[in-house]
Amino acid sequence: MRSRRFWAYVRRYRRAYAVGYLGGLVSIAMAQSSPWIMKLAVDAIGRHAGLGLLAAYAGALVGLAAAEAAATYVMRWSIMAAAYRIETELRREYFAHLARMPLAFFERTPTGDLMARAVNDIRAVQRFAGVGLMRSVHTTVMLIASVAFMLSISVHLTLVMLAILPFVTLVFLLLGREIHRRFDAVQAQFSALSTRVQEMMSGIRVVKAFAREPDQLARFNESSEAVVHTNLRLARAQGALWPSIGLILGVASAVLLWQGGDAVIRGTLTLGQMVQFSYYLARLSFPMIALGWVANLWQQGRASMNRLDAIFAEAPAVADPPSPLAVDGIRGEIAFRRVSVVRDGAAALRDVNLVIPAGRTVAVVGPTGAGKTTLVSLIPRVLDPTDGQVLLDGHDVRQLPLAVLRGAIGFVPQEPFLFSDTLRANIAFGAAGTADPARVLEAAEVSQIAADAADFPAGYDTAVGERGVTLSGGQRQRATIARAVMRDPRVLILDDALSSVDTQTEQAILRGLRGVMAARTSLVIAHRISTIRSADWIVVLDEGRVVDQGTHEDLIARGGLYAELYERELLREALEAEEPASMSWPPAAGTTDGADR
Amino acid sequence: MAAGGRHDGRRRPMSTHFDEDPILGRAYDARLVRRLLAYVRPYGATVGLSIALLLVASLADLAGPTLYRLGIDRYIAPPGARGTGADFRGLAGLAAVYLAVLALGFGARWAQSYLMQAVGQRVMADLRAQMVAHLQALSMSFFSRTPVGRLVTRVTNDVDALNELITSGAVAIFGDVFTMIGILAIMLWMNWRLALAAFAVLPVVYVITERFRLRSREAYRAVRTRLARINAYLNEQITGMTVTQLFTQEPGRLRAFDELNAAHLDASLASTRNFSQFYPAIQLVGALGVALLLWYGGGQIARGVATLGVLVAAIQYAERFFDPLRDLADKFNIFQAAMASSERIFRVLDEPAAVRDAADPSPVPGMRGDIVFRNVWFSYQDDGAPAAAPVSAGPAAGRRADEPAWALRGVSFTIRAGERVAIVGHTGAGKTSIINLLTRFYDPQRGEVLVDGTDVRRYPQRELRRHVGLVLQDVFLFSGTIADNIRLGNAAISDADVQRAAEQTGAARFIEALPRGYATELRERGAGLSSGQKQLIAFARALAAQPEILLILDEATSSVDAETEVLIQRAMTAALRERTAIVIAHRLSTVRHVDRILVLHKGRVAEEGTHDALLARDGIYAKLYRLQFADLD
Repeated sequence: MRSRRFWAYVRRYRRAYAVGYLGGLVSIAMAQSSPWIMKLAVDAIGRHAGLGLLAAYAGALVGLAAAEAAATYVMRWSIMAAAYRIETELRREYFAHLARMPLAFFERTPTGDLMARAVNDIRAVQRFAGVGLMRSVHTTVMLIASVAFMLSISVHLTLVMLAILPFVTLVFLLLGREIHRRFDAVQAQFSALSTRVQEMMSGIRVVKAFAREPDQLARFNESSEAVVHTNLRLARAQGALWPSIGLILGVASAVLLWQGGDAVIRGTLTLGQMVQFSYYLARLSFPMIALGWVANLWQQGRASMNRLDAIFAEAPAVADPPSPLAVDGIRGEIAFRRVSVVRDGAAALRDVNLVIPAGRTVAVVGPTGAGKTTLVSLIPRVLDPTDGQVLLDGHDVRQLPLAVLRGAIGFVPQEPFLFSDTLRANIAFGAAGTADPARVLEAAEVSQIAADAADFPAGYDTAVGERGVTLSGGQRQRATIARAVMRDPRVLILDDALSSVDTQTEQAILRGLRGVMAARTSLVIAHRISTIRSADWIVVLDEGRVVDQGTHEDLIARGGLYAELYERELLREALEAEEPASMSWPPAAGTTDGADR
Repeated sequence: MAAGGRHDGRRRPMSTHFDEDPILGRAYDARLVRRLLAYVRPYGATVGLSIALLLVASLADLAGPTLYRLGIDRYIAPPGARGTGADFRGLAGLAAVYLAVLALGFGARWAQSYLMQAVGQRVMADLRAQMVAHLQALSMSFFSRTPVGRLVTRVTNDVDALNELITSGAVAIFGDVFTMIGILAIMLWMNWRLALAAFAVLPVVYVITERFRLRSREAYRAVRTRLARINAYLNEQITGMTVTQLFTQEPGRLRAFDELNAAHLDASLASTRNFSQFYPAIQLVGALGVALLLWYGGGQIARGVATLGVLVAAIQYAERFFDPLRDLADKFNIFQAAMASSERIFRVLDEPAAVRDAADPSPVPGMRGDIVFRNVWFSYQDDGAPAAAPVSAGPAAGRRADEPAWALRGVSFTIRAGERVAIVGHTGAGKTSIINLLTRFYDPQRGEVLVDGTDVRRYPQRELRRHVGLVLQDVFLFSGTIADNIRLGNAAISDADVQRAAEQTGAARFIEALPRGYATELRERGAGLSSGQKQLIAFARALAAQPEILLILDEATSSVDAETEVLIQRAMTAALRERTAIVIAHRLSTVRHVDRILVLHKGRVAEEGTHDALLARDGIYAKLYRLQFADLD
């Protein structure tokens, strides 16, 4: 374990560990003393000593056991509690670190991977910090003390035992390694089985369409049999582990009966000493096992901490500047100066120059993949440009404190993401703590979600479910608009945020927004003509370049890409407006029966 | 001299379904257990043998202290007269017996654990096979509303949790009970007074264990649910991190996380405090029992009622008696987790199939390929659940919940055998629903779909699908070779058939250019193949099955280069030859080559006719044509 971060955590709890280890030492001292009392007692019984002496010994045993119990409790509680606190702090640091990671990080790191580290690796580190560190010291001291006491009783017997007992560690390590190998094979087969199920279920449409169920089931059973086979291979090794250790310890016990008994008969040892010896033997056997176990904990803990450190080593790409500009208020003038963005090796924006005066509403249009989302993502620094500058009120956005910059922006993303909380909490998300109920209502009115909320079972206190699943796509979009409006931003950005609402609702939202937008700068990515036409200015993007800009009339007159897009959009809207021959419900049979042609 | 605390060397993969709260209910549910037992019953003989071996192993374990007693009383410190003549050979003989018993115990325990694992693995394989077979029979509506990941978890991790119940839970309890009863019996038989003295502490043990069990159940539940909450929160926050950052809510989110984290810490601390108290307490009580034995036993020996050997053996037995008690908490957790998993497994197994075969299905001797839709009304939201349609991206968005979402509103048409028909329409017009009904992926709410004059619901599903080929727009390739993917495991399709199908569709050219040809292994759903090549494989796959009716979902992919486009056109032409065909068309060349075009609009058949006739009509088709086909061809 070479992680500096890990040891820094341990150092923070050095007092708990010190107390714990002290408790451990006391408990070992007590545990090592009681066999001696046992010896005295057994020998006293052999001598037919009085009951009073026996009572004293029995009392001493209980006293020692009580002290040992108390000390063990102190050790376990102190160290384990420290380990849980370390786990909690490590998890907090992990979360706080993730909260500083840029979008690009989350795009390249699968959520499952981040979760696996949060779940499995943090737990492995906790186990090492707790049981691992506790047992490392306890085991070593226990081992040394037991051997020392055994030597003091009989060198011969001790040497015999030391010839037998290390096999416990050996078996644990060798068999353990074999088990590990076979376990890996099981894991590999198990994940192959998972992949097979995943494939079958994802491709179920094809399987059904071609009626290939039996064949697929056979293939699955093949994988399933492979899992059974590797598991049984594992079972053969694993099933031998504890019985082997039991066997070795039993052999030690049998040899003690033979050799120890021999010594007692010869008179070189008292029966009490033999019993005492057997206790040290028992106190030695657990450390022998624990040695192998602790080694595993070290290994796992180190591997897990390395994986966590790999995440901690990721520098937050978007960070506050070292000396951020102090700004009073944001007016909302936006400028792009020779901005280029390269994403995944491909140019997403090329040399974009654009000035948007404060208070204007600008529509951004262009075909799919033109770079519209990339363009608006640069303003709140979801992304930083590869080249060039994005300016807000004449300041490079990278010079502004992030809180000031993002505090001035209301962003409605393309994918309406809601948190599994109430509708109210989601709308008030950006104004946490200062959520005025009246303002929530106002924002809901503007974004046309108010009427829906009134229909919900618990109104604004209705839980929206994971990612807002209980809401329709349009409701989700309107809730995210309310969330942005609620912030009272100087700059409002709608990234294709009206795609799932119908045209009438869209008009109502736009009317409402116009009220609150009046003094704001607005950037709207949109397809619908009505939305685009209501903007003061239209920017046309294609393949990462601004190919045209102007008012609707200018652009139509010029007849370029915009005119083409407009043409198609008109057609699409006409098609959507078209109603086929009207029919009443319940339907009359054969209204458009193809057979009568 | 027992081995002390046990530790399971096997790590189980941590489950990663954060989307659901762990159901942590009772550790024993008679209804579930009865159902589970039905799966174990076929292996009853093996289980019986395993339990017998466990009995042998437990008995062997109990031999040690008795052998010590014999050794001490007979040879080492015989009561009464000392020095009856040292019998070294007797002692050695006893040690040899001890070794033999140990070997027997070792063998029995090893074999027992292997047998139980074998049973567990077989039961799991059976259960998995049953689950998969059941899932295969479920209808598409089930798959459209259930995430694949959840199904994978059911079949893999949840079944695995049952294995632990079988191998280390239920049977191990037998072993523990044997051991405890054995110790009780031997001690009572050796010297009942001493036994009673030793067991005087049992009530205390019971009280401590019971208190521990109750607390640990609560603690376990608290730790598990709070950890699940943390993980669910973390999962959600990671997914929505950009939103949090845009709204500068990181501090607030961190505070909320801190609260969850602190709640989990509290539960962990309560749990660890409980454990920290339990182990030392049990140890202390054990020592108390030993002290009682020493004191009382010493007196008994003085009076000649007991021997030293009996005392030593009694002390050893008393110490072993407490070992099984310590594992109790672990066992309890195993039971609880297994009950939760089996609950989830049975929920899958109890899921009814929405599309079922008729009780007395019509046979399908041979198909001509006549298709009739008669006033078909169809919605994906049959059961009122807000299920997203899997293929058709219907305009579900923005719709109020109480609105019925009809994908098809009274659709009627006839297609004669051998006719080639294109279906065109705007997004959400209901085109894919036609295919979903013809293949019986779904059943309509009203009206009927007839093939050769018989309602498709009368045919066995798999028979029907054997005659109705399907080429999907997003081509799903399975792991395996290209030939495997064309044949799809159908042994009736020979290598020559595979090759013929590939040649007909023009896929042969690129396949044969690959170094390993048809034996090329496809990785990760065909990564490395272009989308055009994948489509050609899909065509070959459909043709190899030689269906009488062919349905094609034809996506004009913009990423296809001109050359591949020509190839796909050729494949399409080959596919359409000599059979009834319905093409959901996106290509102008396709609509020009069919006999008839059906124009769907908002779930209704709005227009129909030939390309030229429909263009001349200047209605919906004309608009669609300009929007969809005009600049793509």
